[in-house]
Amino acid sequence: MKLPTRRFDALIVGAGGAGMRAALQLAAAGLTVAVLSKVFPTRSHTVAAQGGIGASLGNMSEDSWLWHMYDTVKGSDWLGDQDAIEYMCRMAPQVVYELEHMGMPFDRNPDGTIYQRPFGGHSMNFGEKSVRRACASADRTGHSMLHTLYQQNVRARTQFFVEWMALDLIRDADGDVLGVTALDMETGEVVALEGKATILATGGAGRIFAASTNAFINTGDGLGMAARAGIPLEDMEFWQFHPTGVAGAGVLITEGVRGEGGILLNCNGERFMERYAPNLKDLASRDVVSRSMDQEIKEGRGCGPHKDYVLLKLDHLGPDVIMKRLPSIREIAIKFANVDPIREPIPVVPTIHYMMGGVPTNIHGQVVVPEDGNPEVVVEGLYAVGECACVSVHGGNRLGTNSLLDLLVFGRSAGDFIVSRNLPSFAQKPLPPDAGDASLARLARLDGATSGERVADVAGDLRRTMQSHCGVFRNEALLAEGVAKVMELEARVARTSIGDKSRTFNTARVEALELDNLIECAKATVVSALARHESRGAQARSDYPERDDVHWLKHTLWYRDGNRLDYKPVHLTPLTVDSFPPKARTY
Amino acid sequence: MKFRIYRYDPEKDAKPRLQEYDVPLDPHDRMLLDALIRLKAVDDSLAFRRSCREGVCGSDAMNINGKNGLACITNLKTLKEPVELRPLPGLPVIRDLIVDMSQFFEQYHSVRPYLVNDTQPPARERLQSPADREELDGLYECILCACCSTACPSFWWNPDKFVGPAGLLQAYRFIADSRDQDLNARLDDLEDPYRLFRCHSIMNCVDVCPKNLNPTLAIEKIKDLMVKRTV
Repeated sequence: MKLPTRRFDALIVGAGGAGMRAALQLAAAGLTVAVLSKVFPTRSHTVAAQGGIGASLGNMSEDSWLWHMYDTVKGSDWLGDQDAIEYMCRMAPQVVYELEHMGMPFDRNPDGTIYQRPFGGHSMNFGEKSVRRACASADRTGHSMLHTLYQQNVRARTQFFVEWMALDLIRDADGDVLGVTALDMETGEVVALEGKATILATGGAGRIFAASTNAFINTGDGLGMAARAGIPLEDMEFWQFHPTGVAGAGVLITEGVRGEGGILLNCNGERFMERYAPNLKDLASRDVVSRSMDQEIKEGRGCGPHKDYVLLKLDHLGPDVIMKRLPSIREIAIKFANVDPIREPIPVVPTIHYMMGGVPTNIHGQVVVPEDGNPEVVVEGLYAVGECACVSVHGGNRLGTNSLLDLLVFGRSAGDFIVSRNLPSFAQKPLPPDAGDASLARLARLDGATSGERVADVAGDLRRTMQSHCGVFRNEALLAEGVAKVMELEARVARTSIGDKSRTFNTARVEALELDNLIECAKATVVSALARHESRGAQARSDYPERDDVHWLKHTLWYRDGNRLDYKPVHLTPLTVDSFPPKARTY
Repeated sequence: MKFRIYRYDPEKDAKPRLQEYDVPLDPHDRMLLDALIRLKAVDDSLAFRRSCREGVCGSDAMNINGKNGLACITNLKTLKEPVELRPLPGLPVIRDLIVDMSQFFEQYHSVRPYLVNDTQPPARERLQSPADREELDGLYECILCACCSTACPSFWWNPDKFVGPAGLLQAYRFIADSRDQDLNARLDDLEDPYRLFRCHSIMNCVDVCPKNLNPTLAIEKIKDLMVKRTV
């Protein structure tokens, strides 16, 4: 069946920080751009980021992009690509100033400059002591940034397709990407959107886990689309546990709380991070703090009746700091934990937060895959930016504030690169005759199935399986069992059915389509984690407790076809400076 | 827990109806959104928007026992049974609890909700004093959930002509920004019997705002500035 088609110079799938930053570059160059989003743009998950954007402005303490680069390489446990990291850290001040010029309501210092707070893993002079690098808008930095970017897109008259869900990539026989199929959620219509450049900016897939800080929409749609189109996913075993999710609720409490002076306590009232990270203490990197918390809980020093959480104490900061710098945290603690942090500590547990892996790209956002011995051959027409991409600036563990930075830097660079290709000057390749067949088959199955398992049940089992088999501490037996269970779940995903057959705003159908993406992300994660026989960054194997640079200083590539794994080298050579060679990682 | 929920699917229903549900809750279910998700696992045809589940994205605004609010931060313990859920009032219903928000966003866009400053920016940030920055507090935090505008009788009557509390709050957010240079044009645009002056200080907006913002105060400040520039 032939789908109705619409044609643009460029398509952007996702209207979070990365997608909207890219859109601004394209709009400024006069390209015709369509931005698709499952939700109204300001509802994208960037809105939930709290603490800040990392940039070495040096407004409040001496700083340099090279220190930022070193911290990021070390934070990544040396799995990050040092050329991409250098690019990001050098660009950071510029993209933050641009955002300020766009109207971002940053907090201010008495001299009128942007307020900056300390954050985990960020240091002065190569690890010496903590530095103020996180550019903050109270504890609503993501909200402020997302709204500012949307506002600028309103000004630029960007064309948004709001509440449209992209379904599949359209690739031709040469392997070039020519656009996407997409579902208009309000009407149920399926359309082929053609573009000479397609940018995936679909965010993470945190909803493969049961306890996650992520929004419901974070279902790894771009990753599912890429995997089904034969593109590998990189480093998917690396999932960040944020140290401070509200116990039981999963809602995020920013690391900015500890940046402002908050501390973690065990049941003895001990500030236990002093033992695990004598220098940066509570502001060590997230993987280190999360593991330390888990260790405390495992050894019986957790708090509460079940000794299953630790406490985040901030009352000593005083009501003024809390009300001024952390107002939303107070709201969240009152609403979701029944405590007012002005008086009482907040019960917290490490909670799934961020996907370091994603669709492999270079610093222009171009998607790159191995071909004929070359590990990085460009897939023509396809780009990825933001959390769905793996460029890789975060390696094995992302530093706080580097995610918003990643969105700005690589959204912008992909936009600039696409503009430089002068798209209007060449013709769109014709769509292959079978464009849309795969998407229509997925929809036809859902429409036709009159019996089968409920989507919510299968998705729930998937989340519980991932939570118990792919958590903070992993080992061979746990992961092998996890792989087996996830493969059984894959078969169940193919047999789901939905009761709702309406075409009008059918959210049951959307959730079923999302499950197709979740299962790809889950398989990639657990299969990659099982194969990596070392502990690095967020991947902690109790059976392989050490980092193994001889065998495992390399990126994983997972292919959907046969659950095949491949590997490619880490870029240890930066663009202009000397490499930071791997060394022991202490905080 | 007992619910009565507004149902309407244009493909099946000639007119809207209220459907009764009795949902067994889990002890961990804290917020109204938790109950709705539990309910949707049983009846997948119930349509509503949701995303962040922590009150910051603005997706799940609805009318809860007669008052607009966000399902994800409405504690179940505060609700009288049966909990009656309806779509936000005054906007066309697409399906069930999902309304067509086009008019709401058109009004938001109409205030030119972006910083206007055509001077060459410095190489670094534009400076802003902490006091000037504080002028934006209580304004920039808006999540565009539409609880306020759809609780406003003036917006119900003239959604095409009255900007509404959400749009006006954002209009003032840019008027109040020391970096913005478009004050006069912004005031000119609102000096109109409908766009601004349909606000009669009923203050429903203040009453329902889930972020505790005060659009009425912002509207008063815009009116003050208009008076000031005429004298």
